[in-house]
Amino acid sequence: MTDILSTVFLASLLSGGVISAVPLIYAGLGEAISERSGVLNLGLEGMMVAGAYAGFVATLNSGSIWFGLFVGGIAGLVVSLFMVGLCVYLNADQIVVGIALTLGATGVTALLHSAQYSKSYPRLPKAGVLSIPLLSKIPVVGVGLFSQHASTYLVLVLVAGAMWFFRSTRIGLNIKAAGDQPHALEAAGGNPRRTRTVAVMTAGFLAGVGGAHIALIGAGLFVPGVTNGAGDIGIVLAMLARGKLWWIVAGAGLIGVSLSLTTALQLIGLNIPIDAVQMLPFLLIIVVLFIFGRDSYLPAALCLPYDREAR
Amino acid sequence: MTVPLSPAPENDDLDHPRSDKAESRLKRSLTTISVSVLPVVAAIIVGGLLLLVLGRNPFLFYSNVISHGLIGSLGRQESLIRMAPLLLLAAGLMVAFPAGIWNLGGDGQFVLAGVVVAALGPQMAPYTNGWILFPVLFVVAFAVGAAWSIVPGIMKAWLGMNEIITTLMATFLGLRLSALLVKEFFADPSTTVPQTKVLPVKDRLPRIFGTRVNIGLVIGIVAILGVHYMMTRTAFGLRLRIVGMNPAAAVHAGMNMKALTMSIFLISSGLAGMAAAVQIVGVDGVVRAEWNPAFGFTIVPLVFLARFNGPAVIGFVGAFAVLQIGGEWASRQADLPNYFVVVLVALMLLFLAVSEYLQSRSVRAGER
Amino acid sequence: MDDDELKPAVELVDITKAFPGVVANDAISFSLRRGEVHILLGENGAGKSTLISILSGMLTPDAGQIIIDGEPAEIRSPRDALDAGIGTVYQHSLLVPTLTVLDNMMLGTNRSFRLDRVHAQKRMHELTQLLDVEIDPDARVGDLALGQRQQAEIIRALWSSERVLVLDEPTSMLTPQGVQSLGRVMRRLAERGLSVVFITHKLNEAIDFGDRITVLRRGRKVGELEPLQMVGKGVDDLKDEIIALMFGASSAGADANPSGNIEKAEWLDQQPVCFRLVDVEIQGDGPKPILDGITLELRRGEVLGIAGIDGNGQKELAEVIAGQRPLLHGQVYLDDKEIQRLSVAKRQDLGIRYVTDDRHGEGTVGQLSIAINSVIKRIGQRPFWRRTRIRHAVINEFARTMIAEQDVRTPNEKVPIATLSGGNMQKIVVGRELAKGPRVVVYNKPTYGLDVKTMQVVLNQIVEQARRGTTAILISTELDELISASDRIAVMYEGRITGILPSRPGIEAQLGELMTGASA
Repeated sequence: MTDILSTVFLASLLSGGVISAVPLIYAGLGEAISERSGVLNLGLEGMMVAGAYAGFVATLNSGSIWFGLFVGGIAGLVVSLFMVGLCVYLNADQIVVGIALTLGATGVTALLHSAQYSKSYPRLPKAGVLSIPLLSKIPVVGVGLFSQHASTYLVLVLVAGAMWFFRSTRIGLNIKAAGDQPHALEAAGGNPRRTRTVAVMTAGFLAGVGGAHIALIGAGLFVPGVTNGAGDIGIVLAMLARGKLWWIVAGAGLIGVSLSLTTALQLIGLNIPIDAVQMLPFLLIIVVLFIFGRDSYLPAALCLPYDREAR
Repeated sequence: MTVPLSPAPENDDLDHPRSDKAESRLKRSLTTISVSVLPVVAAIIVGGLLLLVLGRNPFLFYSNVISHGLIGSLGRQESLIRMAPLLLLAAGLMVAFPAGIWNLGGDGQFVLAGVVVAALGPQMAPYTNGWILFPVLFVVAFAVGAAWSIVPGIMKAWLGMNEIITTLMATFLGLRLSALLVKEFFADPSTTVPQTKVLPVKDRLPRIFGTRVNIGLVIGIVAILGVHYMMTRTAFGLRLRIVGMNPAAAVHAGMNMKALTMSIFLISSGLAGMAAAVQIVGVDGVVRAEWNPAFGFTIVPLVFLARFNGPAVIGFVGAFAVLQIGGEWASRQADLPNYFVVVLVALMLLFLAVSEYLQSRSVRAGER
Repeated sequence: MDDDELKPAVELVDITKAFPGVVANDAISFSLRRGEVHILLGENGAGKSTLISILSGMLTPDAGQIIIDGEPAEIRSPRDALDAGIGTVYQHSLLVPTLTVLDNMMLGTNRSFRLDRVHAQKRMHELTQLLDVEIDPDARVGDLALGQRQQAEIIRALWSSERVLVLDEPTSMLTPQGVQSLGRVMRRLAERGLSVVFITHKLNEAIDFGDRITVLRRGRKVGELEPLQMVGKGVDDLKDEIIALMFGASSAGADANPSGNIEKAEWLDQQPVCFRLVDVEIQGDGPKPILDGITLELRRGEVLGIAGIDGNGQKELAEVIAGQRPLLHGQVYLDDKEIQRLSVAKRQDLGIRYVTDDRHGEGTVGQLSIAINSVIKRIGQRPFWRRTRIRHAVINEFARTMIAEQDVRTPNEKVPIATLSGGNMQKIVVGRELAKGPRVVVYNKPTYGLDVKTMQVVLNQIVEQARRGTTAILISTELDELISASDRIAVMYEGRITGILPSRPGIEAQLGELMTGASA
């Protein structure tokens, strides 16, 4: 059993866990912002896939990871524009449109990928890391936690920024009102539709960056299904967070570590049923939701289209 | 005003199927058709443009879809076989969606039930005949599917927890559990591939009149028509629809919301489980680890396009099966991955949203 | 009064707004001077709220013009109205309940990117001083008492500029005393040069608070009383004049109800007690119980009025009786049978009926037909269902009879009930509850939102049913309605009964005191 505690194992577990967790945080954060404004975004997975593909193409052609992440974000944002147009302005059902966007983006990126790369299957070089001085020298955990691509630290800054944003800015306040009482926002001179548009586009951008993170930093390539349900996990995390954004980080970390157990266990040649391990974080989340279920808080106007003259 | 794509459509047809005047009925049918068919046409056109962009000939592609999926005898039979599980899944959604319950856990319920059936079938088959085997497997599949929605159901009924999140999570869990079961408990020791034992072909569902199509298709159609009858004609169905249209009114009228919510979850998920039984006992005979055809997710749009109407669901599922089976072949011919059909369905949904918006606007304009 | 004060601050000219099937505002003109309290009076459905929504930018007019300080102005959104200095307190609260008072104030008014809490606190302090009220800026709006919430709404309306304040039916959730203090606030503001628009359907308030009164009827302006016309006249003359305007000349004084109170009281004494509540208690989320030791006894054929400010447990009491809400402890008896454990459906069968105050929200399912809605509490029962199969012919026949008896205006019983007007919908709801052997009927604000004629029809029906032996519990916030229809009136305050009085004219002040918690 000493193997379990070996440096190699723990380092691999942590570093893999962080790599898996970061995209989930991007996605969960985006979804939390969108939900707060009253739009349940089931298209999140589609936005991630679009981001993964676009980011992959951009990095492949430019060689820059950062450029790829940015282009991935833009791709996610473009997909989110469908959500904005149909759900925010045409009052279509958010759930149906979300599913359609996920299906559509998955299909389109798979077709484009096959048209361009089905013969060559190119891979990206391994992404560079940003080693934080001193901290990354800590034995065992140092490399896993503090020697990662800079996008890893960026997402934590974004979570903190979003918390400040909701607490201290006008747009943050408007987003909360748009999700709880859009008529009140309108009466106060705000614009619920524009506010929701901002929130959904932000969610699209973040999900796109998250998807690109998977392809560029996690997998190093794009294949159909590379996001593997990360968007759906992001939706679950946003729900778990119930307005407290650090919960997203905690939940994503938990799921990330359990996902990376697969590789880590292979590394030390131990054979425990990996599927059972991967069930654990979800079981834990269900238990948490069950216990704190009564406190669970969803915006009152979630999923309801806003129409000024219809009340 | 009408909220487009609402889970509770203002479908008078459900209340006065026979008593209305022929004229208004015709008008309504025409509207329904235009709302359902126009998106399909638009999607086919835009899909064709996408094929052009990819450098494929759209006419060739679509004619390949039709010629293989519908006209060719082999393909047509494949399409009919494929319809069976899709119909049962759709029947489950026809119970849940009008009641405002978003059971998106179909894939987890489906795969898990499939694994249990695939494990149990080959064990039982040597000792029984079809009269016992099939009913037992169907009941077990129903029970497994239903069991997998008990926790989301309780969380919805007693804690008011959003079922989209809980059923999605139940799907993650179900898929992992299924893989675990196949690899660790039900694996066939005689092969190295992680899969269950194979149900011998002779023990599978009987076929119809010497075709390759099994009676699963009949079961699926009966399920759709049964659910349609239940939703439109019975007290229980009316209660479910009221729960979907106005939960406060349901409480006011004295309905037992917890019991109704639970029964929606159980019936809907049970039917998803039966869908898996039809697929395993009728077609596959075996489950491999990581098996997930994702039927449950792709069927959602079709039920919407058909506006929860039974016969229309059969029509849309049939068309979808042709698209899937024909599309697989056409994609191979065109050297494309088998994702084009998914794109088509997504396009249909997006156009449906637009066409409903235009329709609601014209209704509003007409009132002024 | 100098010229400047007489010049209108805001003018609405020939405003027209139509909705499907109804012209809500038909070429209405309305002017507002500085320093006046201008009453907009009219019964429900006269077009007051539509006009005010246009002034506040929630609706855009089909035709007509808005003039501010002599300049034509475009008000296309609430933002425009606020920019023009027009602040509105809506009938339905438009504060976000999950946010704090201060956050609500900053919503929409804080134009810079960052929220300026310091400035907001200062402004909050100024306005609480101006209104002479106290509100905790860090309390969540959802936790405020109703009166305080309204004060917060007024502060919010005055936040960016103190020019025009519009109050849409602000008194429905206030005690008589609270109404008086609101009157003082309005006077204070008018004296500071603000223009106040006060919308109401209550005659007394109009006369008490108004400098000027504009009367609307069926979407048209039917009269305007200038301050000079209002002074020097007796209150009764003024009332008659306004009533003539509101309801058309002939109906003035017509709704005085001939009372047979004394005979009825003697008859009631001989009737058996048939319905009792004993020590009923239910718990809410907070520390205080929602219903606290409610004990009531009703005789056969009695009409018991329940007075009280909205939100003091009346709705919960109705729901407990109907069976929609479980009780913590206590008993409910019909005759001598304990029924507090029975389901809504069982009680329905026994004759316990509940006419809800929320006919759109829970009373009906808008998309379903009138026919289905007429049997919505009998789903699955004979003769409407047989072996769980629906029998449309029987249901339609039942609905047609109800439509005829209740004089409901509708093309047929198959149209969605949402197409009915409020009054016709209410007739169906009442008819449904009175069908097939009612014993005890709870009416929760049965006249809310109805026109005067339908209101009278519904009240007459309650009294008439009672004479035939149906016991009634009439919950209302309108004291005159309670006094005219009830035999006794119980007053609720914070989930308790603070007193029960025999009903007779002139007890309004007593009731008002009980409504604020003083015991009898």
